[in-house]
Amino acid sequence: MLQDLTDAEQMALAQCRHAVLGADRPLSLDCGVDLGPYRVAYQTYGTLNDDKTNAILICHPLTCDQFVAERHPVTGKDGWWESLVGPGKVLDPARYFIICVNVLGHCMGSTGPLARDPATGQPWNLRFPVVTIADMVRAQAALLDHLGIPDLFCVIGGSMGGMQVLEWAATYPGRVFSAVPIACAAHHSAQNIAFHEVGRQAIMADPEWKGGDYRLHQTVPARGLAVARMTAHITYLSEQALQRKFGRALQDRNALGFGFDADFQVESYLRHQGSTFVDRFDANSYLYITRAMDYFDLAGAHGGVLANAFRGSSTRFCLMSFTSDWLFPTRESREIVHALNAAAANVSFVEVASDKGHDAFLLDEPEMFRTLSGFLKGAAAVRGLRQAA
Amino acid sequence: MKGESAVPAAIRVDLQLIADMVAPDTRALDVGCGDGALLAYLTNFKRVDARGMELSQAGVNACVANGLSVIQGDADADLRAYPDNAFDYVILSQTLQATREPREVLLQMLRVAERAIVSFPNFAHWQVRLRMAFGGRMPQTTSLPYKWYDTPNIHLCSIDDFRALCRDLGVRIERAIVLNSKSRPIHMPPQLANLFGEQAVFMLRRD
Repeated sequence: MLQDLTDAEQMALAQCRHAVLGADRPLSLDCGVDLGPYRVAYQTYGTLNDDKTNAILICHPLTCDQFVAERHPVTGKDGWWESLVGPGKVLDPARYFIICVNVLGHCMGSTGPLARDPATGQPWNLRFPVVTIADMVRAQAALLDHLGIPDLFCVIGGSMGGMQVLEWAATYPGRVFSAVPIACAAHHSAQNIAFHEVGRQAIMADPEWKGGDYRLHQTVPARGLAVARMTAHITYLSEQALQRKFGRALQDRNALGFGFDADFQVESYLRHQGSTFVDRFDANSYLYITRAMDYFDLAGAHGGVLANAFRGSSTRFCLMSFTSDWLFPTRESREIVHALNAAAANVSFVEVASDKGHDAFLLDEPEMFRTLSGFLKGAAAVRGLRQAA
Repeated sequence: MKGESAVPAAIRVDLQLIADMVAPDTRALDVGCGDGALLAYLTNFKRVDARGMELSQAGVNACVANGLSVIQGDADADLRAYPDNAFDYVILSQTLQATREPREVLLQMLRVAERAIVSFPNFAHWQVRLRMAFGGRMPQTTSLPYKWYDTPNIHLCSIDDFRALCRDLGVRIERAIVLNSKSRPIHMPPQLANLFGEQAVFMLRRD
């Protein structure tokens, strides 16, 4: 299964662990396809204790991956949640066994559209089955089975990672002692689907995309993917943050250029975001992962009543949202809180004041760290988990 | 407040009275839990599965950072989300007078739990009466420190008013403790208690 990897995948797999699962028991995907064998790339930090009670699963968002707290093998940048994970940090590998799994359909080593269909030997590309958030979580659960980890002390994630956290709590309540869904929602809103559709259309409108078979034609739909990233990136920020960061400042010039170069700093910034994204992300993967988010509707999967997803749950929940996040506004977190109340679940909810928009959950937000630290301390006390002094 | 400490830390007298009414190993919801002092006490010293609801975001964040299970919300709007009998007790301490619909809140409390513990300032306390009768101004006292224009207390009542409401609602009063201005329990017949009590703590039970 390790043939035909892209350079990025090879670099990723050289720096993390992976397992090939489902050879005997394929993964039953929501779309009806049985997928197997499939590869799951994952990274771990820390050590599983003897009681196997200190495992924490981090679920990564759309464009992040399993390299949570280390130099990224492809981009060379710091880990995306290094502010949270590391020695002396809230999620300290000295205390917890931290796992992050590259989601199904992604492009950092787990099986996705880049892989080959074992039945035909041909690259999947757009013939890869559409996967859902629930499928991603099933693959993660299969990996835990493979690793012999019965349950998780905590499942944490923001944005799409938060959706996975909710799915985990709903599908495997007995395996989730505590859950921290951050800056997310129980379903993707019409506006969010709309933004994703713009991104997908940009990719598919790129002539280099070739119906998804660009690798066969040795092309890269770089422009389409870059535009998709630029659009999405705006939704991760806030009007205030953009204004503060760029205002109407000009880029490398003193006067307007009267043309269509990047006159404004904000344009140059977005172009940079777009072009660097292309180096690390696969266009087809982008289609698949955004689709998975669009399809997410936890209430819909439970008879239209969100509380049904959590009935009888003994999981301890801690939700967090950010005041300036308009992609996953506080209102949507509050809906989840109300559903958890209706299910009489143990829930905490904190709205963090920040003007940094949706991206706040990836940034240095002391209030978020304090909340998470306190919540985990409380949960660890209940679970009887030894705490470092 | 640390869980490993054997001696209960001191909490406000009225909170201590409430805490003493809660049986160990039960489930309780503290509505308007403030900084979480009562929640922490119930969790640490009575092994209560204690949850909180608080209006101020700063209060909520402080509680959660201390490991307590608290959400942002208010009694009027958010009690409705809980199912029947989700708790053994719902506690409303010094908050009833600030709710929009105290009657409805009481009913919701006794739907969500069999018992409700309510504490509130007594608007018929002699100091209040004096200030109103002879000062001719809206009363300001230690338990009612606000000016008329900035008070959150929109539904003040006396101890007798509260008893009357309980009667109307068919709610059984299991215990009533009246506190003087030094927060000490006083033992007097109801008419005098309504005059000398500065605040009261009631334990109600659904009939």
